[in-house]
Amino acid sequence: MTFRTLDRADTVPGSRSAPAPPRASASLEAQSVSAWFGSHKVLERVSLTMSAGGVTALIGPSGCGKSTFIRILNRMHELVPGAMLAGRVLLDGDDVYGDQVQATDTRRRIGMVFQKPNPFPTMTIRDNVLAGLKLTGQATSGRDALVEQSLQRAGLWNEVRNRLDSPGGALSGGQQQRLCIARALAVGPEVLLMDEPCSALDPTSTRRIEETIGEIARDVTVVIVTHNMQQAQRVSDQCAFFLAAEDEPGRIVEAGATAQIFDAPTDPRTADYVHGRFG
Amino acid sequence: MSVPATVDPAHRVPERPVRPRMVGRDDGLVLVGSAASGMSLVWVVYERLLPLSGPVGFWLLSYVAFLAIYRSVVRSTHGALAARDRVMAVVVTSGALGLAAPLTLIILFVFSKGIGALVKPAFFTQTLAKVGPLSPEDQGGAQHAIVGTLEQLGLTVAVSAPLGVATAVFLNEVGGRLARPVRTIVDAMSGVPSIVAGLFVYSLLIRTLGWSFSGFAASLALAMLMLPSVTRTTEEVLRLVPGGLRESALALGAPEWRATLQVVLPTVRAGVVTAVILGMARAVGETAPLIMTSFNSSVMNWNPFSGPQSSLPIYVYRLVGNSDPGQVRRAWAGALALIVLVLGLFTMARWVGGAPQRRERRRQRRQAPAPAPASAAAAPASTSAAAAPAPTVDLTRTDHPGGPQ
Ligand SMILES: Nc1ncnc2c1ncn2[C@@H]1O[C@H](COP(=O)(O)OP(=O)(O)O)[C@@H](O)[C@H]1O
Ligand SMILES: [Mg+2]
Repeated sequence: MTFRTLDRADTVPGSRSAPAPPRASASLEAQSVSAWFGSHKVLERVSLTMSAGGVTALIGPSGCGKSTFIRILNRMHELVPGAMLAGRVLLDGDDVYGDQVQATDTRRRIGMVFQKPNPFPTMTIRDNVLAGLKLTGQATSGRDALVEQSLQRAGLWNEVRNRLDSPGGALSGGQQQRLCIARALAVGPEVLLMDEPCSALDPTSTRRIEETIGEIARDVTVVIVTHNMQQAQRVSDQCAFFLAAEDEPGRIVEAGATAQIFDAPTDPRTADYVHGRFG
Repeated sequence: MSVPATVDPAHRVPERPVRPRMVGRDDGLVLVGSAASGMSLVWVVYERLLPLSGPVGFWLLSYVAFLAIYRSVVRSTHGALAARDRVMAVVVTSGALGLAAPLTLIILFVFSKGIGALVKPAFFTQTLAKVGPLSPEDQGGAQHAIVGTLEQLGLTVAVSAPLGVATAVFLNEVGGRLARPVRTIVDAMSGVPSIVAGLFVYSLLIRTLGWSFSGFAASLALAMLMLPSVTRTTEEVLRLVPGGLRESALALGAPEWRATLQVVLPTVRAGVVTAVILGMARAVGETAPLIMTSFNSSVMNWNPFSGPQSSLPIYVYRLVGNSDPGQVRRAWAGALALIVLVLGLFTMARWVGGAPQRRERRRQRRQAPAPAPASAAAAPASTSAAAAPAPTVDLTRTDHPGGPQ
């Protein structure tokens, strides 16, 4: 019981003095995105619109290109040597792969949380939250309000408020993952990408992350990859089902409102997958 | 299944924890006894009955006899399997001891020869400037060589540490098409004989460019020898940095150089410092490259950038062949000082390299007795969810990780 009550108190953003409001969420639209690693094509003309302020879940078996797709959205894909892509990704209508656009700017506007919690081990909890500012060359002194606000949005504030100066690695796995969410939120992203954020966590931590997602979805567009059907149902407004046939690149079989994907899918493969009949 | 209501009477007996051991108390005696009988046997047969003698043969045969006796004793008491196991353990252990023996002997030997002159204050406060063949023992020392060694070592580190770390960062973080040839060159450099490094500096800087002999020229030659070791060791520790750490820095919008400087390098700071110290330990004892770069001097030269300068290896090299026994004793003291310096550097490297683990252990010790919660509200939530199963979770809505794959 305690957990539940705490969560709510925890995650009301700006329940104290509200600092600068976070930037408004933005819509994200992938148009005919294909991807290659070397000559190996892993994504085939994927188009998907992730509307502003919504939660989009990407589901599908392992190896069908969900991670590749999500990493294309914030230009992390190009960090892999030999990685190529085709198509366009529009953030509020502007192509993030446009000539004038810096990858670093795109990544600041589209944050990312990884499968494995990875707070920076040499930094304190406070410094971890402010790492995004420091790493983009902004001043980090006197940002206590931002630290508190980000940790509150990530639902971690009450647990760490008294030990902001202890190392980030000293937290439990679930707390570390929420610290990573706070770190991503502190730079004020318009979109937050989450690649299986709970698959390394225990059920309790998973629940808390899900509640956090529910809270932040009010002012950030969320895209989450998950292997957990109940989770997709609980957190998302819309769902996209990825599938890669043998020796073929992955593509979206079906996308739509979550309720429709789970209750009335049009494609039989979607029905099989969401009911756990293959994969 | 119901829990028995009555307490098992056996529970009243106080418990005595024991630690199961593979090796009993007698086993040590068997070991000593086998060694003694092996040696006695060989002494009788080898030295008395056969027309042979000599320490090498004696010890070798003693060892073989010891193994054979030990094996048959263990075999008769514990069986063939245990015998094979124990004999292998003895062979491996004696191998390890055999490896440590030369090092110990070197240290003891140099210690006994050098300690006499090393403890004289003159060793640290005087140079060889006024030393003649008839000078008494407590006159003359290696101050100029110690100063030279420290200055040259400092300059060597100043040149090779930034270059080595930068090269390692290039190899591991930047990469690209140039990485392979650069790595090959670094590998080739680590094979350069030290005399060649000295000759290179001599012919290029001193003969061609007309520099004077100097400590700095020696430092450049030493830096050539230290660079590959710093580079490769740093590259190894950089490779241990999880890719996720780098990626999450970049995912925050960091440019690559900031991600490297502010996230990756701080993470491996201890490893990089260890790499540099180990490189120093390698460079500080090199003698050959100094002969034609810093040359030699028996007087103090504070300026490493001009004029011949002594250093501990050169000091030892020049004095140990001297016909004056006093000089030879000073040479041994110099050798001992050098060994102490190298051992000090190694100890420092181990200490620095272990620092992150020490911090981690301290942290765990601090956390082990659960800290008193500062506020009642924070208490239940701060209990690690991973460590303690949450008592009041709605299990009907619990996730089952790894659903359809
Ligand atoms: N760095 C990489 N280099 C080469 N191939 C890769 C790399 N990452 C992923 N792949 C390939 O791309 C395909 C899609 O992978 P991924 O996007 O990780 O799938 P998912 O996240 O859905 O499990 C897989 O076939 C995988 O083998
Ligand atoms: Mg994946």
